[in-house]
Amino acid sequence: MSAALRLVDLTVSYDRHPAVHHVSAEIPAAEMTAIVGPNGAGKSTLLKALLGLAPHIEGRIECSAKRIAYLPQQAEIDRSFPISVFDTVLLGRWTRFGGFAAAGHADIHDAQHAIEAVGLAGFERRPIDTLSVGQFQRVLFARLLLQDADLVLLDEPFAAIDSKTVADLMVVIRRWQAEKRTVVAVLHDLDQVRRDFPNSLLLARELVDSGPTLRVLSAENLLRARAMAEAWDEHAGACEAPMRLSA
Amino acid sequence: MLYEYLFQPFVEFGFMRRALVASLALAVGGSAIGVFLILRRMSLMGDALAHALLPGAALGFLLGGLSLPAMSLGGFLAGIATALASGVIARFSNMREDASFAAAYLTAMALGVLIVSLRGSAVDLMNILFGAILAVDDMALFLVVSTATLTLVGLAAIYRPLVVECFNPGFLAAMGVRGSLYHYLFLGLAVLNMVAGFQALGTLMALGIVLLPAVAASFWAREVWSMTLIAAPMAFASAAVGLLVSFHAGLPSGPVIVLFASLFFLGSLLLGSRSSVRTRLSRPVHLRG
Repeated sequence: MSAALRLVDLTVSYDRHPAVHHVSAEIPAAEMTAIVGPNGAGKSTLLKALLGLAPHIEGRIECSAKRIAYLPQQAEIDRSFPISVFDTVLLGRWTRFGGFAAAGHADIHDAQHAIEAVGLAGFERRPIDTLSVGQFQRVLFARLLLQDADLVLLDEPFAAIDSKTVADLMVVIRRWQAEKRTVVAVLHDLDQVRRDFPNSLLLARELVDSGPTLRVLSAENLLRARAMAEAWDEHAGACEAPMRLSA
Repeated sequence: MLYEYLFQPFVEFGFMRRALVASLALAVGGSAIGVFLILRRMSLMGDALAHALLPGAALGFLLGGLSLPAMSLGGFLAGIATALASGVIARFSNMREDASFAAAYLTAMALGVLIVSLRGSAVDLMNILFGAILAVDDMALFLVVSTATLTLVGLAAIYRPLVVECFNPGFLAAMGVRGSLYHYLFLGLAVLNMVAGFQALGTLMALGIVLLPAVAASFWAREVWSMTLIAAPMAFASAAVGLLVSFHAGLPSGPVIVLFASLFFLGSLLLGSRSSVRTRLSRPVHLRG
């Protein structure tokens, strides 16, 4: 089993406070991996670091994926902006036409197809501010479909989403996996993780455990994760952990 | 009588004709800028930016007297410097960008008023702050029309990245595009429009004809293009009527034009077709699905 991502002693910090602390782990290629952990455990930060959007990184990220697609948390998007469903989805082909060129016939055809695939046929001309949270999440999934990436990062894809929509979107995710794409999702619903995601990475700023979900999500590990997340020190001194890289 | 009031000023006086054409150009370019300022939630920052033109325009005035090129260039440089400075301050400190804009423009205003008072009279200060249509010459007209052209062409060129930067900056970043580049290009165009406006409107009012029609349009339309199409005629109408009234009544043109734009805003607020007072008060039958 080859790794799509290898984190080597990764530390990501904001204002010198580490949000992800000395994490080393592997994420297997062409599989579905869940990132689990309490609030403030550094899950979203880890995704941002994988995208190269985190402010300050120590350690290394080795990534074999050529193209990465990313589903942000909805709070990062201004949903009152006047743009149509179709235009939003079509942006998934940004790498093809960039900021200035026109979209090709194939792109427009594929966008239409993606909108149908997420169950939004007939919504093409609707402005996004008229959609429900679940419908808008479908729009973002259609955009991910168009991105045709070999690594798909999902940040809380099912937060505040009803079970019907979750089921529909899980179909899309499973199809990605069948197409040998790597899927990494930040999730809070542990039952769902146990049911749908064979691999997990349990994070509480530091790595608690990573590997097969049934082992990682043991009662003991979850308890440890909670204890570690609560122990946050506003006045912490400089970290003197040895750089495990050189070892 | 009506002819004398409505048309004679334009027939008789070259500066009124030029001011009218200038306001048409300003209306077309400015309303597009105004729509984006609203969508980017930057209305107040735009206002701060307009005030920040003052010290530059004042320096131009100090060095070149009441010369339009000197004052415009000074104003443009001051506006760009303020935009860049507040961006840099916000990036390297924890200060929010709106706070750093406010700090920058207060400094700029104080500096500007001080510089004008070094040499000019109270009348000069009034002209710079509130506009003077008498001074609209061929040079001013050329400046305004070039600005409108550059604005429309520029906005068309950066339209897609700018739109994505507005509603989903993270996506742009993930695509490896530097969104801040388009942010600053847009700010540059905004400053250019305020420089173009300040001859007739003054630095205190320059944003009025850019922003008020766009706000008014947001009560009628929801797409970027339709908002712009509605805002532009409103901007032109306020400018044309404002010019006439200020000519006949001997009032400073800036406040009069802006007040007419405010009338459009109030009218749209009351009567507009979306989220206006009228739609709040009337309770139509709800639809079946």
